[in-house]
Amino acid sequence: MTTLTDLTIAEARDGLARGAFSAVELAEAHIAAIEKARALNAFITETPARARADAAASDARRRAGTPGPLDGIPLAIKDLFCTEGVLTTAASRILDGFRPTYESTITAQLHAAGGVMMGKTNLDEFAMGSSNETSHYGPVENPWRRTGDNRPLVPGGSSGGSAAAVAGRLALGATGTDTGGSIRQPAAFCGIVGIKPTYGRCSRWGIVAFASSLDQAGPMTRSVRDAAIMLGAMSGFDAKDSTSADMPVPDFEAALTGDIRGLRVGIPKEYQVDGMSAEIRNLWDDGIAWMKAAGAIPVEVSLPHTRYALPTYYIIAPAEASSNLARYDGVRYGLRVDGETLDQMYENTRGAGFGREVRRRILIGTYVLSAGYYDAYYIKAQRVRALIARDFTEAFKSVDLLLTPTAPSDAFAQGDKSNDPIAMYLNDVFTVPASLAGLPAMSVPAGLSSAGLPLGLHLIGRAFDEETVLRAAGVLERAAGFTARPASRD
Amino acid sequence: MAVDKDTVTRIARLARIQVPDADRAPLAAELSNILGWIEQLGEVDTEGVAPLASVVDMKLRWRADAVDDGFIPDKVLANAPDHHDGFFAVPKVVE
Repeated sequence: MTTLTDLTIAEARDGLARGAFSAVELAEAHIAAIEKARALNAFITETPARARADAAASDARRRAGTPGPLDGIPLAIKDLFCTEGVLTTAASRILDGFRPTYESTITAQLHAAGGVMMGKTNLDEFAMGSSNETSHYGPVENPWRRTGDNRPLVPGGSSGGSAAAVAGRLALGATGTDTGGSIRQPAAFCGIVGIKPTYGRCSRWGIVAFASSLDQAGPMTRSVRDAAIMLGAMSGFDAKDSTSADMPVPDFEAALTGDIRGLRVGIPKEYQVDGMSAEIRNLWDDGIAWMKAAGAIPVEVSLPHTRYALPTYYIIAPAEASSNLARYDGVRYGLRVDGETLDQMYENTRGAGFGREVRRRILIGTYVLSAGYYDAYYIKAQRVRALIARDFTEAFKSVDLLLTPTAPSDAFAQGDKSNDPIAMYLNDVFTVPASLAGLPAMSVPAGLSSAGLPLGLHLIGRAFDEETVLRAAGVLERAAGFTARPASRD
Repeated sequence: MAVDKDTVTRIARLARIQVPDADRAPLAAELSNILGWIEQLGEVDTEGVAPLASVVDMKLRWRADAVDDGFIPDKVLANAPDHHDGFFAVPKVVE
């Protein structure tokens, strides 16, 4: 039998059903793995006691004959999801000591499905970053290393702890959130699968808000099937989220037929950006060839406003963040730094509580929303956003799906880009457009770079058509035959 | 649009964030750099394009005007840095 920590969710589900091992044994194997891998700094809070209790309850449910779809599966939860009674930090000092008195809808659904919570994973502060270096709790290390080079690499961000935990065999799946690429880019950097579903598919209630018109939760797993299983448990209408979609949740796993014959796959020519490396170009060509070999029809399409997606995002996301983060005032929760007056208390608290990148984005957001600049920046960005969304609508008149690379490079070393915000922002060049349009998009590990690091391919689908995205991702996964794994970190 | 140190001071005040004086000039340079990069949006012809605030094509839902929550003051106050008699406590604001 393979090691319990190497199983996929689907394999673990079958093993638990057969009685080959118990949920408690599965949880213990992961608790031990987490203890051994602390150098990765993937978790802000480990919850072994909770995991043991969840697992024992799961075994009892199974004996009673009433297991849920994720019963006994060890899951890591991004520390952006509020978990009742369990420290929730958003990787920010300003939420120091915050123990929510309520549970996010998604973690409640995962718990109801039988999931076992292993802990809360590290992230960029308030999910603002692409390298997991902005966390108040320190950077996360990618379990992968370059061939012949021992420097620690970033896991991507912002869901870097979740990606490192899944790639490093510390959980079978993890929750992520994606505002501009925060599930997909770390999935690509760590050699795992990550899907951002359609905006509205998964409830945002109880997730610490960054940019509310963009934020969307999704699963991070080691296989496409696992992503389908976990997405099913995370999806669904929630009256507590005003933008939740009141639509039935399809059986995502049943969508994995492996049959994409006749599917029209758009290749957006504007994604062939200046300076794209040969290995990313080759990976993309491989992806096109694999789809074609499986009977799909590649079609060149145009998304003319692609190059404006990043600057549009860097107006809209900070503007929404500056508004959302106004709630951290030292009054209701988290850090308070005293001052003579109420205003001084606010300023001292927020000055001490926010890190550099978060402060930078709040200031940009405040600026673009301030009198005299609102129309020139914010309204302008919303108009360009409409054009970006329209580009996709037009393209989807002639194709069923889009195929692109996930990220412009493989994982970089810690410190390489942390002093150049724009260089950091460019990591999300291929993921941000789908975020602005609210479309489902997914990264699948598809190959290794010359340095021996994972690279991902990216699929974008029509709104609420995760099934086609997953089906095509399954075909890519099989064709790529990605079996490489991070070097042992013992 | 170049942001200067005084502008940083002004927006930091609007955002209620204490920014140490030594950080303001470097921040002005960083923000100018980012805003300069953003200015390329000026090239896009958006005449007649309606601003997109939400990708969700839906009307906000109505619900029955009924109380479905409340009576949990202890939970509401559980994380407050300071509270008295069921209220959040802050520095004195009225003389």
